[in-house]
Amino acid sequence: MNPQVQIQGTVPAGTGYNFAYLDEGTKRMIRRAILKAIAIPGYQVPFAAREMPMPYGWGTGGVQVTAAILGASDVLKVIDQGADDTTNAVSIRRFFTATAGIATTTRTAEATVIQTRHRIPEAPLAEGQVLVYQVPIPEPLRFLEPRETETRQLHALAEYGLMHVKLYEDIARHGHIATTYAYPVEVAGRYVMDPSPTPKFDNPKMDDCPALQLFGAGREKRIYAIPPYTRVRSLDFEDHPFRVQSFDRPCALCGAEDVYLDEVVLDDAGGRMFVCSDTDHCESRRADGHMGEAA
Amino acid sequence: MYVAVKGGEAAIDNAHRLLAEVRRGDPAVPDLTVAQIREQMRLLVDRVMTEGSLYDPDLAALALKQARGDVVEAVFLVRAYRTTLPRFGATEALDTGAMTLSRRISATFKDLPGGQVLGPTFDYTHRLVDFALADGAVPEPAAEAEPEADAAACPRVTDLLGQAGLLEPSPPDDGAPVGDLTREPVDYPADRAVRLQGLARGDEGFILALGYSTQRGYGRTHPFVGEIRVGSVQLDFTPEELGFPVSLGTVDMTECQMINQFHGHGAVPPQFTRGYGLVFGQGERKAMAMALVDRSLRAAELGEAVLVPAQDQEFVLAHCDSLQATGFVEHMKLPHYVDFQAELDLVRRLRAEHAARTAEPDEPTLREAAE
Amino acid sequence: MPHDLARQLAHGFADPVHEGQAVFRAAMEALSRPGRIRPLPTGLRPPAPLTPELAALALALVDADTPVWLDAPLRAEPAVAGFLRFHTGAPIVASPEQAAFALIADPARCPAFTEFAQGTPAYPDASATLVLAVETLSDESGPAFTGPGIRGTERLDAGPLPADWASRWAANHAGFPLGIDCLFVAPGRLAGLPRSARPVTPEATPCT
Repeated sequence: MNPQVQIQGTVPAGTGYNFAYLDEGTKRMIRRAILKAIAIPGYQVPFAAREMPMPYGWGTGGVQVTAAILGASDVLKVIDQGADDTTNAVSIRRFFTATAGIATTTRTAEATVIQTRHRIPEAPLAEGQVLVYQVPIPEPLRFLEPRETETRQLHALAEYGLMHVKLYEDIARHGHIATTYAYPVEVAGRYVMDPSPTPKFDNPKMDDCPALQLFGAGREKRIYAIPPYTRVRSLDFEDHPFRVQSFDRPCALCGAEDVYLDEVVLDDAGGRMFVCSDTDHCESRRADGHMGEAA
Repeated sequence: MYVAVKGGEAAIDNAHRLLAEVRRGDPAVPDLTVAQIREQMRLLVDRVMTEGSLYDPDLAALALKQARGDVVEAVFLVRAYRTTLPRFGATEALDTGAMTLSRRISATFKDLPGGQVLGPTFDYTHRLVDFALADGAVPEPAAEAEPEADAAACPRVTDLLGQAGLLEPSPPDDGAPVGDLTREPVDYPADRAVRLQGLARGDEGFILALGYSTQRGYGRTHPFVGEIRVGSVQLDFTPEELGFPVSLGTVDMTECQMINQFHGHGAVPPQFTRGYGLVFGQGERKAMAMALVDRSLRAAELGEAVLVPAQDQEFVLAHCDSLQATGFVEHMKLPHYVDFQAELDLVRRLRAEHAARTAEPDEPTLREAAE
Repeated sequence: MPHDLARQLAHGFADPVHEGQAVFRAAMEALSRPGRIRPLPTGLRPPAPLTPELAALALALVDADTPVWLDAPLRAEPAVAGFLRFHTGAPIVASPEQAAFALIADPARCPAFTEFAQGTPAYPDASATLVLAVETLSDESGPAFTGPGIRGTERLDAGPLPADWASRWAANHAGFPLGIDCLFVAPGRLAGLPRSARPVTPEATPCT
């Protein structure tokens, strides 16, 4: 057995499950899908997703991708809504400490593999890191065209007019593009891709990112990828350029600006405070002496 | 001062302990045994095996116990266990014609070779709550029939009709490998074998409602129950190293063959067509609904227009699996506050703009900055 | 399996779980960052002319679901197919177009890319991955590439390759999203060239 696993000592002897739960045949199948996904950035590779011991919708796609890439020397971080301590992030982290015995961390910079739901960490990612997204609906055209047979043809023909029409109808109706999360992107000038339900605030982080980004959709049985240093462009119009949300106040705890904030309801009299959604970013800043007004 | 919610690990541990406690219920009441569930909740066990795609009555019974009787949760446990099992290969095709029957009925003929066998059925019970059961009443023993010595004495109704050319023949075995939707993602259009797998694993309630919809005009196929047979079938497997089939034992199955009207087209003379349902154990409702939906999904193959949900294989196959459906519906209870915040910002901004247009100030909004 | 065959058969991974994972991660990194050379340590001693690195990639990535094509020198040595069949269960196919993976010991005589599966517009992933055992592998010289995974440009020199390699690759890239993907292996090392890697023509290279 690998010495590092023994040091961690958390692989329960006799559980009967393989390292990182999946059998080697399943891992190979997922690994082959990942390699093709990397070679064809933004294209959704069908894969034979397995039934995992957690429900569809809880991140089975991300968990399968993580399980397929994870090695004994990896350091895993799991976040949900940007936070390491949300219950499902805790649950997935425990799944991997129990089945793979690997080291885990909450520090973005220390992680080699980061599994995420709904956020991209605020701290810039580095070469050598892999960001694994949990994806509910991988098909960016799904809400415009429910049929897989149709959307597959649209991707084959690079026919994305439907998406532009939808975004433009928003502008005509609301004066704005009304998509605030899962905002579609074009990858490397070819495929239009769903970034998973991250707020559009995070879209610019996907562009020219030094880390490898992998996307796993278990229920829909798709894997896709953005290699490092790849052009990722949020769809927009010349007269309505893509814009991200920004908040008119800093984080109440660490004073960070230009980060995504959670709105916390304090009372039933309209009391609100805004704090970093990325808990590690917030804690790191506070450890470095940054303070917000409520700290 | 505001402190972010912590302690997810402790909360999860405590929730799991509480779950175990409420699962057990009042400790003064004797613990339910797996054998009791297997023997006395047999139809539930059968359904869990069918939708769980695994024939193991003890495991299904245990899953039901662990799941506090929640069928979908029990199916989930069985499926997740099934995924970890090694595969040895595929058995020979079941010969349901050679089934040892406990029940066999046909709605298309008054009598037929082998006769109608009513067997254990709720069909003609009066649904009066039997309060004697609450006191542990022991049932009278049923009369016993001589087991049918020769399976050929009970041919399938569809075989009888097929001989006269009135019913379309079963497609011949072309030797092509049969797809497996547990090992390959479904590629549309899916062939009939894959569709039947999906329907067999599909949620009974969903398949039932779809089958019902075909009877009410959403894709009428004029169905008749050619035959329902319930019984045990021998399972044969040919190991690579032996090269001849060996029996692995028997499985209890319910098979339903629906006979549907069809007017023929082109070179095909008018004849009846088939809809097929097959489930583990005794599951007549599911097998019948499955047969209705199977026939309905053959619309394109038979040159019928695809107009209604039960004819649309993407609609049916993508939504019939209870685990996929419950997962995606129930995942909405996971935190979504990051996305909600994004929507909140947008709605506040739109409201502010609306208010400005109508010259009534609204609450301040977040500005949107250029990237 | 007969005892003597078991003895003469070269061993597979000593630790299939972790060695398989390490080889996959090297391949994933290689395709993620085209042109960058990665270490690929392996203790395998497969029957020649199958190199230890070709064997390592095969053991890590192929199985009964992935048809494998062997080039002429690998086909000529029956022990190679025997080794692969025993350790992976992969079907060995006669024609390149049937293969999910092609193992190539003599890259100078690599068949035309168009003989391999290119994928289809609806399923571009249904395409071959070529694993080529080269003698030289350098990122200091050779043709330059740009595209996904590459910051600016990267060079990759592998050899020996067919004389028309550059035009083959240009055509392969031009067919994106269809096309084949290449993994180059040399003793202890690995580099990747996915179909997304765009050759930088000399006149298009920015002046330095």
